[in-house]
Amino acid sequence: MTGSTIRDPIRIARDDPARNWHVLDGSQPGKDLRIDCDVVIVGSGAGGGISAEVLVRAGLRVVMIEEGPFKSSSDFRMREREAYPQLYQESAGRQTRDKGITILQGRNVGGSTTVNWTSSFRTPEATLAYWVKEFGLDEYATDRLAPWFEHVEARLGIERWPQHPNANNDVLRRGCEKLGIASNAMKRNVRGCWNLGYCGMGCPTNAKQSMLVTTIPAALDGGMTLLHSTRVERIAHRFDRATSLSARGMIGVAAEGRRFSIRAKHFVLAGGAINNPGLMLRSQFPDPYERLGKRTFLHPSTVSAALFPEEINGYAGAPQTVYSDHFLGIAPIDGPVGFKLEAPPIHPVLAGITLQGFGHDHAAWMKRLPNLQVLIALLRDGFHTGSPGGRVAIRNDGSPVLDYPLSDFLWEGARRSLLAMAEIQFAAGARQVMPLHEDAVPCRSWPEAKKLIEGLPMAILRTRLASAHVMGGCGMGTDPRHAVIAGDGRHHQFDNVWVFDGSAFPTSIGANPQVSIYAMATRNATQLADQMTGKPRQAVA
Amino acid sequence: MPLSRREFLQVGLAGATGLALLRYCRLAAAGTAAKPEPSVQWLTARQVEVFGALWPAILADAVTLDAEARAVAGQEIIESIDRALAGLTPAVQQEVQDLLGLLTFGLTKRFVAGISGDWRDASDVDVKAFLERWRNSRFETLQQAYQALVRLTIACWYANPRAWQAIAYPGPPHAAELGAL
Repeated sequence: MTGSTIRDPIRIARDDPARNWHVLDGSQPGKDLRIDCDVVIVGSGAGGGISAEVLVRAGLRVVMIEEGPFKSSSDFRMREREAYPQLYQESAGRQTRDKGITILQGRNVGGSTTVNWTSSFRTPEATLAYWVKEFGLDEYATDRLAPWFEHVEARLGIERWPQHPNANNDVLRRGCEKLGIASNAMKRNVRGCWNLGYCGMGCPTNAKQSMLVTTIPAALDGGMTLLHSTRVERIAHRFDRATSLSARGMIGVAAEGRRFSIRAKHFVLAGGAINNPGLMLRSQFPDPYERLGKRTFLHPSTVSAALFPEEINGYAGAPQTVYSDHFLGIAPIDGPVGFKLEAPPIHPVLAGITLQGFGHDHAAWMKRLPNLQVLIALLRDGFHTGSPGGRVAIRNDGSPVLDYPLSDFLWEGARRSLLAMAEIQFAAGARQVMPLHEDAVPCRSWPEAKKLIEGLPMAILRTRLASAHVMGGCGMGTDPRHAVIAGDGRHHQFDNVWVFDGSAFPTSIGANPQVSIYAMATRNATQLADQMTGKPRQAVA
Repeated sequence: MPLSRREFLQVGLAGATGLALLRYCRLAAAGTAAKPEPSVQWLTARQVEVFGALWPAILADAVTLDAEARAVAGQEIIESIDRALAGLTPAVQQEVQDLLGLLTFGLTKRFVAGISGDWRDASDVDVKAFLERWRNSRFETLQQAYQALVRLTIACWYANPRAWQAIAYPGPPHAAELGAL
């Protein structure tokens, strides 16, 4: 093993006494500790990371707690067997309670932003209009959020990807073009990207502008304390205020290490849409209208594999650079469920566990890995009574688990999405298409695929479903009877508890959510900082 | 399926009573198990035998190596599965223990899995038939179990650089420069 020739700015800063970073590793032995601060942030992903910088710059004493480890570019060796156990929730094997949907979520300093595929979209206008209309969230009107989108896009280098898409993404572009369907080039949060294709295993060149390399080091330079490899167990509360938080270091897979007690004026929850409701449920937060953990959304995603005569090499090159919103736009947002089309990176383990079957048939597809092309369809859940979302509950041991039953409404969309992907893949020149479904077989033509898909039973554990976007569960809205938090992120029952991440969304986004989280959290954290420091509202930097 | 629906429900796999029973069975099985191989930390010797029988059926010709290299690969697959299971959350580890209890306890192994003798004596045909039965079972729990066993094995093989030549995967790019060798 040789060292990387790439500078690891995070490791350098950690080891530099002059930088004076306060980083505590909860998995290391040590005496129990009590810390007082202005704001404690639970979670270090898109919401927690971007909020930290805002709060520290306002001069506040901030403590950030992250359950996962503190890894950086010199640890990112582009190997699935290292990345998944180190950087993901439940070794990238987190699933819904009935095991029907596999959920990719980060668990490391930087959260999912360390391992996401860099796809960057502003919240779609139709989604925001729905929030204003249905949840009274006037401050989420597109024009009022626009300056915050501009701000975070500048901060994180979000720009349209200027290079040619890799072959895997180009199939989506080409197939759509053949069928007269619109597709577009994506924006990505990268600076000086090498176009490697390993974003999902942590960026080895620090090009991805994740929280790990942007706002978190800035906050550490500003005096923030980072407590990693530490799980928050409970938040104590009295009357209408949270008072303190208890956490324990992770020893292996269990929170059995040293204990931490954090007293703070304000508590910002940004642990993601499964862990946030889990923490609130464990802490027995008041929930007078039984909203907590409800309306959790996933963008449940169907998958279609294809074999091309030419090499696709879906493991090489920026993983997501082309998308089509055609099927989001053909019906009203509250009509039959729409879906966004994208292409995922194709690495051996991810491909292996997603393709159905075993034995010779499975091996035969794996042997064609360089010719394998894959599309995914992200169903836009949460805009229709047929799509009320899932529910987070806690197991006997206090760990959170998501129930996400699929309704006929969503299955109808799942079938339509498999049809759409197969047609696009054949239009782009696929020799074979295989919908990922336990009962599917490879098809050699579009009519054959159409017939097969129309007859497939749409059912849990038969149709392959995945999710990389967990949203909701502490949804916002002006009416406490229908929402856990208000539009500014404040908990409806607590004056000093805030939710600044994707769990605040009252529906799914209908696009990869990182930029939606950045913009919402930046604005809400700025308002919190202004309130705490007594300053007039800051202009957007 | 050797079991009728009624009999199956009486076993109570999906219910709390059933899980308690399986836990008891697992303890009973563990009590008589031989000492585990030193290369595994989480799996018992009896559980190693289950995966030892499963992987050749699940991976089939994905492992295109000569007999000697195949034996090494098999050992690495088991060790990798062992590490993966050790890294699961306690709640999921418990589910896996329940499943492995079902697969190693004589009565359930025979009547739910349909494997009459020891796993190490099961033929490739027997193991494939078992996998297909569970894959297409009308019981959701058995479908879940099938998918867990297959995905775990497949993930642990394709994570191994030994698997990459057969699928023409070149491995990480710029590996020397980026410290990824």
